[in-house]
Amino acid sequence: MGEFKVHRVRFFDYMPSGIRALAFNGDTERMAVARMDGSVEIFHCSDRFFQEKIIPGREQCGIEGLSWVGERLFSAGLNGGITEYDLTNQKVKYTIDAYGGPIWTITGNQQGTHLAVGCEDGTVKLFEVNEDKIQFERNLDRQKSRIVSLSWHTSGSKIAAGMMDMIQIFNVETGHSIHRMLADRGVGTSRSKECVVWSVVYLSDGTIVSGDSVGMVKLWDDQTGTLIKSHNVTKCDVLALSVSQNEDSLVAGTSEGTVVQFQFVSMVLGKDDKEWVRTRTFKNHTHDIRAVAEITTAVVSGGMDAQLVVKPLLDKIEVRSAASALRKIHFPHRRLVFCARNSGLMLFQYPGHLELWRLGESEGKGIPGSSLFVKRNPEKLLHLKVKGEDHIRCSAVSPCGEWIVYSTASSLRLYRLHCDNNNVSITKISKLPKVLSSANQLCFSSDSSHLFSASTQSSVHIVSLSQSGCKFVGTLKPKSGSHQAIHLLAASEDGEWLASANSDHEVHIYNLQTRKAHCTVPVYSSAVTAMGIHPTTNCLFMMYADQQMCEYSIEQKQYTDWSRTVQRKGLHRLWMERDTPCLNVMFNPQNPSHVILHDTYMLCIIDQSLPLPDDKTQFYNQLTLKSLTEDQRKSHSHAFKVCKTFKDILCVELISDQSLVVVERPLEDVATQLPAPIKQKKFAT
Amino acid sequence: KVYSTRTEEWLHSLQGHTNQVTGIALNPANHLQVYSCSADGTVKLWDFIDGILIKTFIIGYPLFAIYVSEKHEGVLFLHVSMATDSKNECFQLVAVHLPKSAEQEVEAKEMSVVSSHISSNPSCTAFGRGGEYIAFARRLQLNVYFFRKQKTCSFSLKATDKKGAQNAFTCITCHPTDDCIATGHEDGKIRLWRNFIHKKEYTYSTQHWHHNAVNTLCFTPEGTHLLSGGIESVLVQWQYGAGNRKEFLPRLGGSILHISASSDGQLFCTSHSDNKITVIESSFKVCGVLQGLVKGDAVLTDLMIDPRSKALVLNGKPGHLQFYSLLRDKHLYNLDIVQQEYIYEAGLDQFEVAKAAFDIKGSWLATVEERGQKSSDLEFFLKLWAFDERTQSFVLNTTITAAHTDRIISMCFSSSEETTMLVTIAEDGQFKAWCQGADADTQQNQNFWSCDFVGSYHNLKPTNCSFSADSSLLAVSFQEVITIWSPETWEMLTTLCQPPGIIRDLCFGRLSCSKYLLGTTTRNLLCCWNLLTCALEWSSSVEVSKLQPDPLSENVAAFSYQSKHTDLFVFKPSEPRPLFTNKNVCSEKVHRAVFVPREELLNNCDESSQWLNRSQLYFLTQNMDLLTFSTATEEDRMLSSSKQLVIDDSVAVTPFYLLLGKHRQQQQKLNTQSHPAADKPQQPQGSVTIKELLHTPAHVLPAASVLCSMFVNSLLISNTGVQQDCLREEMDSEKEEEDSEEEMEACDSQQELRVQGSVDEVMLKLSKAQERELKRVRKTDFSWMADLIDSKP
Repeated sequence: MGEFKVHRVRFFDYMPSGIRALAFNGDTERMAVARMDGSVEIFHCSDRFFQEKIIPGREQCGIEGLSWVGERLFSAGLNGGITEYDLTNQKVKYTIDAYGGPIWTITGNQQGTHLAVGCEDGTVKLFEVNEDKIQFERNLDRQKSRIVSLSWHTSGSKIAAGMMDMIQIFNVETGHSIHRMLADRGVGTSRSKECVVWSVVYLSDGTIVSGDSVGMVKLWDDQTGTLIKSHNVTKCDVLALSVSQNEDSLVAGTSEGTVVQFQFVSMVLGKDDKEWVRTRTFKNHTHDIRAVAEITTAVVSGGMDAQLVVKPLLDKIEVRSAASALRKIHFPHRRLVFCARNSGLMLFQYPGHLELWRLGESEGKGIPGSSLFVKRNPEKLLHLKVKGEDHIRCSAVSPCGEWIVYSTASSLRLYRLHCDNNNVSITKISKLPKVLSSANQLCFSSDSSHLFSASTQSSVHIVSLSQSGCKFVGTLKPKSGSHQAIHLLAASEDGEWLASANSDHEVHIYNLQTRKAHCTVPVYSSAVTAMGIHPTTNCLFMMYADQQMCEYSIEQKQYTDWSRTVQRKGLHRLWMERDTPCLNVMFNPQNPSHVILHDTYMLCIIDQSLPLPDDKTQFYNQLTLKSLTEDQRKSHSHAFKVCKTFKDILCVELISDQSLVVVERPLEDVATQLPAPIKQKKFAT
Repeated sequence: KVYSTRTEEWLHSLQGHTNQVTGIALNPANHLQVYSCSADGTVKLWDFIDGILIKTFIIGYPLFAIYVSEKHEGVLFLHVSMATDSKNECFQLVAVHLPKSAEQEVEAKEMSVVSSHISSNPSCTAFGRGGEYIAFARRLQLNVYFFRKQKTCSFSLKATDKKGAQNAFTCITCHPTDDCIATGHEDGKIRLWRNFIHKKEYTYSTQHWHHNAVNTLCFTPEGTHLLSGGIESVLVQWQYGAGNRKEFLPRLGGSILHISASSDGQLFCTSHSDNKITVIESSFKVCGVLQGLVKGDAVLTDLMIDPRSKALVLNGKPGHLQFYSLLRDKHLYNLDIVQQEYIYEAGLDQFEVAKAAFDIKGSWLATVEERGQKSSDLEFFLKLWAFDERTQSFVLNTTITAAHTDRIISMCFSSSEETTMLVTIAEDGQFKAWCQGADADTQQNQNFWSCDFVGSYHNLKPTNCSFSADSSLLAVSFQEVITIWSPETWEMLTTLCQPPGIIRDLCFGRLSCSKYLLGTTTRNLLCCWNLLTCALEWSSSVEVSKLQPDPLSENVAAFSYQSKHTDLFVFKPSEPRPLFTNKNVCSEKVHRAVFVPREELLNNCDESSQWLNRSQLYFLTQNMDLLTFSTATEEDRMLSSSKQLVIDDSVAVTPFYLLLGKHRQQQQKLNTQSHPAADKPQQPQGSVTIKELLHTPAHVLPAASVLCSMFVNSLLISNTGVQQDCLREEMDSEKEEEDSEEEMEACDSQQELRVQGSVDEVMLKLSKAQERELKRVRKTDFSWMADLIDSKP
């Protein structure tokens, strides 16, 4: 498998942000996730929950609610504004102020005509959704306390609002309140505290379900405004509720980190009188669950502990497969760490700043598996704060380590790094070409002479870099296809080819000499998660979200024989069942047949010269191979060599002196930085 | 057995099965009738108010449980063991159609197998709403059989999951009106299953409170609450449909084995592993306790007799001593020795009462409690309890924390009336004498116990100690050597030695034989020394496991364990010839025995039973069977007393009470399965044949009188008219002798109680001859009983 010196990097203090809101779009099977830092992410539910799009947030922009209207996504936050997102270009389209103080909730009706927001001042404001904008229509009757939660009836004529100590039902036509339902405060000391109705759900049969801060899930009748049933779910708060699309199942997320499922089942078999019965409890979170969503086959929940948990509902799944396993998404499916291959520098991308580190050095050699003595500690060279309120969307460092570039939603900045001995200074390149106003993805050529910046309409701008400054060279445009934003760029070692992948699963290859589109890789149903161009053969190696892999010969414009063999024979079951996508593709210059891949849990080297494993062979065979003799080894070895020494990997990069940089972010460290969870008595402690 | 819920009294018992009764169920068609099934392969229908056997159905296979449902009238569901392979336990659930015929004994042939994958645990099967379906669980699989569709749905759970849950089913019950099945699991979870008509879309919710396996579940008749119980001995009441809302009733005693609710939901009752039934009101208050002889894990203390109450004293609940009246066959009270909360969890090392001793008047009780018998760090306390006249119970007087540096092996009180002295011997090679004396510092007239003398002998480990009858001598055995001390001056008088073998048991003779000292060694030797000559009087080569002197006579009983059975010898120390021998008393080793003084002396002139005149011998075997020897006339008294009870209790017994009685009865019966303590009255009569008869008459607890009372009951039923007719009874008094003889023969003939490890089968084998005898007895007139009743105030 080859021996490498490994820099095990654990000083990247990346903190994923807590999840605040979830919105599921059943038509497109997309899940929108809003985080505490204001970023919005789009996950593709049927493509193994691949994180397709990331819209970075801003400072002081707390999103409180998300809502899909058709294929348009709206959010509302405590800054009082309603925001629509441009999902093609992955940026904010516009923000309008609702003039009602902080907004606690936003929801769209099923017809797709109106949005309702609940404001701090006690008003429910209706907005009409137009072609390209939204327009304020009117206020419903103003209440005394803030509106914390809202839910439309499917008919669109009634709306239920949860507020302090009560739930109100409004007639949308007249704007008047039909019913006022009082939620009980807790007993004992909590009696003096008001009861917050954190979440309401209006079912089509006229039942209103509410979850409140007393820990009750209550069912109300909207005709009479009376309580039908109440379930005591927790001692703490019930923060989120979600109902399945056919309204036979309901999930409630609590601040204890549990998700409680309720099901609408008939009490006597074969009869129609059904009741909501509490059934299962899932506990996958350590902290508050701020948002839950029940999608067709799974319950998705997210909360303060910043992980998105997809818990499959086994009774809804026909065939059990890797796609239907419990999934916990901790880290973004994008790269946050970049390496300057030739100079041993690393760039860490945080939401609001960048950090540049120099790798440490160690003494000579050791036996495999041992740790080397660190001669020089890694040092932090640079802490670069972002100008303005926007968060960083993408960044890059050139292989020579001389250039640093980052882009926010509104601006792009390029810096030149001067490094003489221990003095580090940077100069900002002031005169940037106008096309470089913002970028979706950034990439340097391998000789650091050019910067590629992915821009709108799936186009890529080329800028040449020199000592004096930078010069716009040209724009690469795909011949046809979608205008989705590019999320991956890969330049070839010889500077001849550039590959770009966009959210519509298209991969375009450009010839940099002629600055023309060379060809397009056939579109596959799954998204590309990582790709790289082989330095010697110029083949494009692509990893997909469903764990398939492809090798495409750029020169011959077709899949290579190896790739066809892989497709024909299929990959090993254990490989397909991994639940995190591969995030980087590298090539070992000393052994051209080796391809190095990694995901969150493992590092893998694929030896293209060895036979592929089939389902009968042992997949993780390192230990068995060790026990065999040299001759036997040959017959037992196969192409996949997996190393599970490292955990919670954010990035693996091969640098020029044949050493690997492995950036780990242990989940335990993340957990220690989270606020303390609600104290719970544990049995036998 | 039928009990009244209000008075907690035992009404009467239904008797007729020739093997262990394994299940009982109310007849759904007539709530005054009850079905019972037994391992003898019969189902009997009883009228339980009057105690009449109505019908007997012969199935032919050993039956292990019975279920009935309203919907299936005339059909019984039975657990049948398939006799194909005795090792491989294979149980079938069969439906038996009862033939309609007027005969007393009917053979039921019509059988159809419902399922052949049934757990051996009878609580793993339950009927659903109105008998629409039957649910049964086996290991990890839950099956639901719908009668209408003739279809079985099965659901299985994974054996364990990542969190270490053990999902095997332990019990099951169905909601009375909703389609909801509650199942209990090995790890203490309770699951409520719904929607189980679908193969795929079934759903369940999980509740977890019990930390160990859930033993039993029961819905209240309205279905508003679910009751559960387990080893924690806490009855948990879950509100149905309201998730976590639950109520607890803790500290009920032993672990809960069964729960049942009365049909109007007013009363629940629980049966416990320590041979107890608790009746609980729906307001969650205990309103009645039926306590049998408490069965602990092991009896560490000797069997003792409280000199005041004449009650048998032994280990009861963990950390308690129980006082059990043998005469009335009733549990009197528990004395909390440890005075700490007992934690119901397996594998926890907790304080146990290890030793106890009474002084001769019964005013002092000494106890030793210890913890850490298995591990090296032993903790123990010596406690002395004074009898309080006012409260009529023992009050803690002195606690000695470090009486010795190592475990106390044995202790005894001096037997003199004037001064009380306690001698303890311990593994540290010392024996200590403790005396009662006022503490000089406190100057209170309270009495404390303090150490008076410490003695040792060549640093040898002592093995036993004993006071002579007049307390003038103390014998302490050190390995092979017996030392004799004078307790007044604490000088060593002499040593006796008879190697080889370590002295195991030691006792002085009583009354006229008080000059003799008896000792047993590990090398199969029974020695008798004459203390006047300090020489060995005689010795005999017997392997004696227990030596027990009778305090009221010269007699000494020795149990000898040889080649897998125990023999009993009764002898006087003055002569090496046994007074009475009984070969093969029981198959286990006897390690505890006691003579219980009689209230009245018996005037039995028969030579072989004379030794029983003054006191009765009870002994406890390794399997915790409590057995006794008794005489003929005694049995008569028992009979009469039990009859008295029956008559007294013929107070207004409403069907409702009897219904409850039935529940309790079921539990009682099941209870006895797990409770191997047994008690058998038996009498040696003046005939030579008695020795053959005296095999192992044993029978199920709590019944020194059960068997007799059963007879009485059967007699009462057939002769109800006789009871009233006192005149006639008096006339027939001559007949008494004959009858009693007959009766005794019947109950003397060989009856065996066999306790078998896991299945706990209690088999009462009555030979055919006996049955015939029984019938004859039934036919005869029982007027002699009335006499006894009259004579007894």
